[in-house]
Amino acid sequence: MGVMIFLACAIVASIPLSWGARRVMAAVLPRNMARVARDMPLTAAFGIMVIAVYLFVALFAPLLAPFPERAVVGSQFQPWDSTHWLGTDRLGRDMLSRLIYGARNTVGIAFATTALAFLVGSVLGIWAALRGGWLDQVLSRFVDALMAIPALIFSLLLLTIFGTSVLTLILVIAAVDATRVFRIARSVAQGVVVMDYIEAARLRGEGTAYLIGREILPNALAPLVAEFGLRFCFVFLTISSLSFLGLGIQPPTADWGSMVRDNATLITFGDVTPLLPAGAIALLTVAVNFVVDWQLYRASGLKEQAG
Amino acid sequence: MTRPISQQSLTRRSLLKGATALGAAGLILPASYRAARAEPQRGGTFRIGLGHGNSTDGYDPGLWDNLYAQVFAASRHNQLIEVGADGQLTPEIAESWESADGATWVFRIRQGVSFHSGKEVTVEDVIASLNHHRGEDATSAVKLFFNPVQDIRADGQNVVITLDAPNGDFPYLMSDYHLAIMPGADGKIDPTSTDGCGPYVVESYEPGVQASLTRFPNYWKPGRAHFDRVEILSILDSAARLNALMTGQVDLIDQIDPATIGMLEARGVANILSIPGNAHYVFPMDSRAAPFSDNNVRLALKYAIDRQEMVDKILGGHGAVSNDNPIGPANRYFHREMEAKTFDPDRARYYLRQAGMDSLSVDLHVADAAFSGAVDAGALFAETAAQCGININLVREPNDGYWDNVWMKKPFVASYWGGRAVEDHMFTSGYASGAAWNDSFWEHERFNELLVAARSEINEELRREMYHEMQQIVSFEGSVIIPMNNNYVMATALNVATPEQISANWNLDGFRCVERWWFA
Amino acid sequence: MHAVLVMILQRLALGVVTLFVVSVVIFGATELLPGDLASTLLGQSATPETVAALRTQLGLDQPAPLRYWAWATGVVQGDFGVSLATRRPIADMLAMRLGNTVFLALYAAALAVPLALILGILAALWRNSIFDRVANAGALSAISFPEFFVAYILIFILAQSGFFPSMVRLSPDMALGDKLYATFLPALTLTLVVTAHMMRMTRAAIINLMASPYIEMARLKGLSPLRIVLRHALPNALAPIINVIALNLAYLITGVVVVEVVFVYPGLGQLMVDSVAKRDIAVVQAIALIFASAYVLLNLSADVLSTLTNPRLMRRT
Repeated sequence: MGVMIFLACAIVASIPLSWGARRVMAAVLPRNMARVARDMPLTAAFGIMVIAVYLFVALFAPLLAPFPERAVVGSQFQPWDSTHWLGTDRLGRDMLSRLIYGARNTVGIAFATTALAFLVGSVLGIWAALRGGWLDQVLSRFVDALMAIPALIFSLLLLTIFGTSVLTLILVIAAVDATRVFRIARSVAQGVVVMDYIEAARLRGEGTAYLIGREILPNALAPLVAEFGLRFCFVFLTISSLSFLGLGIQPPTADWGSMVRDNATLITFGDVTPLLPAGAIALLTVAVNFVVDWQLYRASGLKEQAG
Repeated sequence: MTRPISQQSLTRRSLLKGATALGAAGLILPASYRAARAEPQRGGTFRIGLGHGNSTDGYDPGLWDNLYAQVFAASRHNQLIEVGADGQLTPEIAESWESADGATWVFRIRQGVSFHSGKEVTVEDVIASLNHHRGEDATSAVKLFFNPVQDIRADGQNVVITLDAPNGDFPYLMSDYHLAIMPGADGKIDPTSTDGCGPYVVESYEPGVQASLTRFPNYWKPGRAHFDRVEILSILDSAARLNALMTGQVDLIDQIDPATIGMLEARGVANILSIPGNAHYVFPMDSRAAPFSDNNVRLALKYAIDRQEMVDKILGGHGAVSNDNPIGPANRYFHREMEAKTFDPDRARYYLRQAGMDSLSVDLHVADAAFSGAVDAGALFAETAAQCGININLVREPNDGYWDNVWMKKPFVASYWGGRAVEDHMFTSGYASGAAWNDSFWEHERFNELLVAARSEINEELRREMYHEMQQIVSFEGSVIIPMNNNYVMATALNVATPEQISANWNLDGFRCVERWWFA
Repeated sequence: MHAVLVMILQRLALGVVTLFVVSVVIFGATELLPGDLASTLLGQSATPETVAALRTQLGLDQPAPLRYWAWATGVVQGDFGVSLATRRPIADMLAMRLGNTVFLALYAAALAVPLALILGILAALWRNSIFDRVANAGALSAISFPEFFVAYILIFILAQSGFFPSMVRLSPDMALGDKLYATFLPALTLTLVVTAHMMRMTRAAIINLMASPYIEMARLKGLSPLRIVLRHALPNALAPIINVIALNLAYLITGVVVVEVVFVYPGLGQLMVDSVAKRDIAVVQAIALIFASAYVLLNLSADVLSTLTNPRLMRRT
C-alpha cells in the first residue's frame, strides 16, 4: 500500500517538475532549440529531466555518494535512518551509495553495448536489404543461425568461454543484440528499398554508403529509434538475468541489474529493498522511451507539415 | 517504506545464535515442536523441496553428488552401516562387524531383508554393490576408499574385507551414502535400477523435477518410515522454495537464504531447524605458489579475515567461527583449547613484515558454486584485508566449470567441505600429502607421520593427543583459511515432527529425514 | 501465389542449412567450454584416474569430429541417441518437456498478442493522449523489471494470498482447465515481459505511416480515424509488426529458462542449461535443434506473411 501512495505522490510531483524543466530548457537553450523545447510535451520534458539527473549522478558519483562504493559501513540490512538514508545491503554496505555508483556503471555499460549493437546491426541489416541477392542470403542465414540459439544460453556459453570482464560482457551482449537489430533494420529497409525514390537514387548511380546513410536510414529511422529505446533498457535485464544464472558484472562493483538479483528474495516478504534498483531501471526506461516517443512524433509531425 | 521486518529479524537471529552455541550437544527445538512431538504416527505425504537436482542427474550410485540424489538414495536404499543421529555407527544391512587387527574386517549380513522386487538381500548382493566402486575401471566418486582394499570375499553370512594396512575407522567409510546395497547379478549391480532395500519404493522419477515414492510394506526396520508417501521436488530458486513452503505446497525445504531466515520465522508459518555440524567453508591457498609458499603470508591472511562478521553476514548467524580447523565440534577429537585467531590488523601486518613485505596484492577467485554466499564472503574478506594492507582483488568466476577450471587450478579460491564423521577421513581426503582433494597442495612431514601413526593407535589418550597436534599444525601452518562452520539450515511446515536429536552428520538428518520424521 | 511457394521451399532448404550451422556452432562452443561430461559428472570428487575411466566408458576419448559425425549421422536417421549423463533415450527426455514448453508459449502468446495489438492500435489512434502515456509508461515499467522479479512480485501478490499456486506441478492426466489455472502465473509473467515490445512496435509502425500521402488522402476524404488506422495504415504496417511478433514467439519458446526456474516448470530451457553445465552434448544439440527449428519456422511464417501483405516485396525474393 505504501508503495502505491509513494508512486501516486511521485507522479503528482513529477508534473510541476517537468513543467519547470521545460521552462528552464526554453530559457537556457539557444533560440531555435528553445522553440523546440517550448513545444515539447511534458512527458518528453520529464524524460529529458530524468536522463539529465542520471547523467549528473553518473558523472559526479564520487562527490554525491555519502560512502565509498564497496566499503562495509554497518551491519546488514539496517533500516532507513539519517546516516544510511536507504539502509544497508546484505553485507552492510550503504544502499544509497551503491545506487549512485550503480548509475555510473549500469548506464555506461548499457549505452556502450546498445550503441555498438546498433552500429553493427543496422548498417549490416540495411546493407543486406539494399544489396539483396547472395549477400543478403549469407548475412541473413548467419544471423538466423545465431538468433536461433537462445540469447541467454548463447551469452552464457560465450561468457563461460571468454571470461566475464566488463569488456567481454559488452561485446557479448552487443553481439547478441546486434542480430536482433539486424533483423528489424533489414525488414524495415526492405519496405523502403522498393520505394521509387530509392530506384531513382540507384539510377543516379549513388554509392552504397550514400544510399544507406542518406536515403534509407532516415526513412527507416523511426522503428529503429523505437527499438533503440527498448534495447538500451534490455541490457540491464540481460545483466540481471545473467547474474540469476551466476554470471554478470564482477563484484563488488555496484550495478542495478545485479543489485535487483542480490536482494530479490526479500520481495517474498514484502520488503521494498529490491524495488529500489528495479525502480531506478524502470524510471530510466520510461524516461528514455518518452524522449524516443517524442522524437518519433516530431519525425512524423514534420513530415506531415512537409507533405 | 520502512523495514520493520528486518529489525525484528535481527533480534530473532540473536536468539537463534544463542541456541546454536550449544553446539553438537543437540538442537534445542522451538516450543511448537515440543508441543507437537508425541509418539511417531504413520501417514501422510511428505513433500520435500530441495535446492538441488538437475535434469541431467543419473542413477549410478558412484556419481551421486548432490543433496537431491542423496535424499532420493536414502529413501530407497540402505547401506551396510547407518550413522545414528548421535553420530554413532548403527547396524543396518550389516548386523555387526568386527576386526581383530584393524586390517581384516568381517561384516555379518542381516538375514530376512528383502529388496523392493521381493528378492532377499544376500552376501553376493553386498559384494557386488561394493565392487561397483572398486577396481581399475570403476568410475565412482568414492573409488579412493577402496584403494587400500585388497580383497572382498564371502564367508557364509559374512563379508570379509582385507586392507593393506590397519585402519580403525574403516567401518565409518562403509556408512558413505554412495555405498547403497543393490541387487546384484553375476557379481555386478545394475546402476540404472532404482531397486533397493530402503524404506520407500520408487513410483516415478523425472530427473530435475520430482520423484514419487510409496512406503515399502516389507521394510525391515521397526519404528521407522512413518510417511505413506514421499515426494522429492527439485526447486532450485531460493525464493521459489520459500514460497512453496509458505503456501503449503511442500513440507520441508533446505538452503534458506540467510538474509530471509528471520523474516520466515516472523511469519510463523514454518519451523527453522539449524543443525551445527562439521561442514565448513574454506579458502584454500596453493602452498607451492608464491606468495602463499611463505607461511607468514598465510598467517597474515588468516588474521586479516573477520570470522565473526562472516558468520553473522554470510551465514545469518547460523554457524560458528572456525579456527582454520577442518575438524569440527561434532568430531570426537576436536581440539577446543587452540588459541583462537581473531581479526587483528596489527598481527596481519606483523606477519606481512616477517615475510618481508609492506603490502600484498592477491587475486581471490570465487563463485557461488563454491558455497552459497562465496562471492559475498570474498567481498567481505577483501574489505577487512584492505585494513591490513592486503589488497584482495576479487575475481568472480562462472559457476559453470568452477570445479574444473578454477578449484585446484587457480592459487587462491573458495571451496567447501561437507565435513567428515571421523578425523582420519577428513585429513586423509584433504590434507594428506598427495591426496586427491588436497586443494592447497600442502605437505607437512610431521603431519603426515602423525596421520599414519594415529590411524592404528589403540591408546585413546595418545590418539587424542596426536589428533590435537595435527589440528594445531593445520591451523597455524596449513594453507587453508577456514573462517566458519556452517550449520545445516532447513525449514519445515508446522506439522512436521522430528526426533529429539537430529543428525549433524550431513544435511536433512543425515539424509534420513524421510524415514526418521513424521507428521504430528 | 506460385512465387510464394517457391520462396517457402527455398527457405525450408535454407532452414536446413541454418540447423546445420547451429549444430556446428553449439557443438564447437560446448567443446570450447572448460571440462567435459566426465569431469562435471564427478564434480569436486573428480580424481584424474576416475575421470579417465569415465571418459573411456562414455566414449569421450574419441576425437571431437568423430563424435560430431556419429551424432549427426544418428540425427539424420531420426535417432537423437542416448543422454550420456542419465543413460536415457533423449527423445523420451524431450517429449514431455517440449510439450510443456510449447503449451506455455502458446498460452502466453494467446494472452499477449491480442493485448499488444489492441493497446498498440489504440495508442497510435489516440497518440499523445493520456491513454497513450499511461499504456506506454505501464508497459515500459513492466518490461524494465527483470523476469524473475516480475515473477516474484506476482507470486507475492497472487500466490501468497492463495489465488494461484506459486509453483507449477503438472501431472499427465490433468484437465485443460486445471492446467491453465496451474500455469497462469508463469503465463502472466511472460505476457508482461513480451507485451510492451510488440505494443510499441505496433504503435510506432502505424504512426510511421500516418504521415504518408495516401493516409492524408483518406483523411481528406473524411474517413473516421479508427477506420483509417485499421483499414489503411495497419495493413501496410504489418511487416514490422509480424516480425516483432515472430521474434517474441520465438523468445517464448526458446528464452524462458528464468521463468521456468522460478515456477519450477519442467520445460526445455532448464534442461538445456543443465545439459550445458554437465556438457551432455547430445542433449544440448537436440534441444538447440528444436529451438532452431522453431525459430526458423516462425521466421519463415513471418516472412511469408509480410510478403503477402506487401506484394512489392515479392519480386525481390
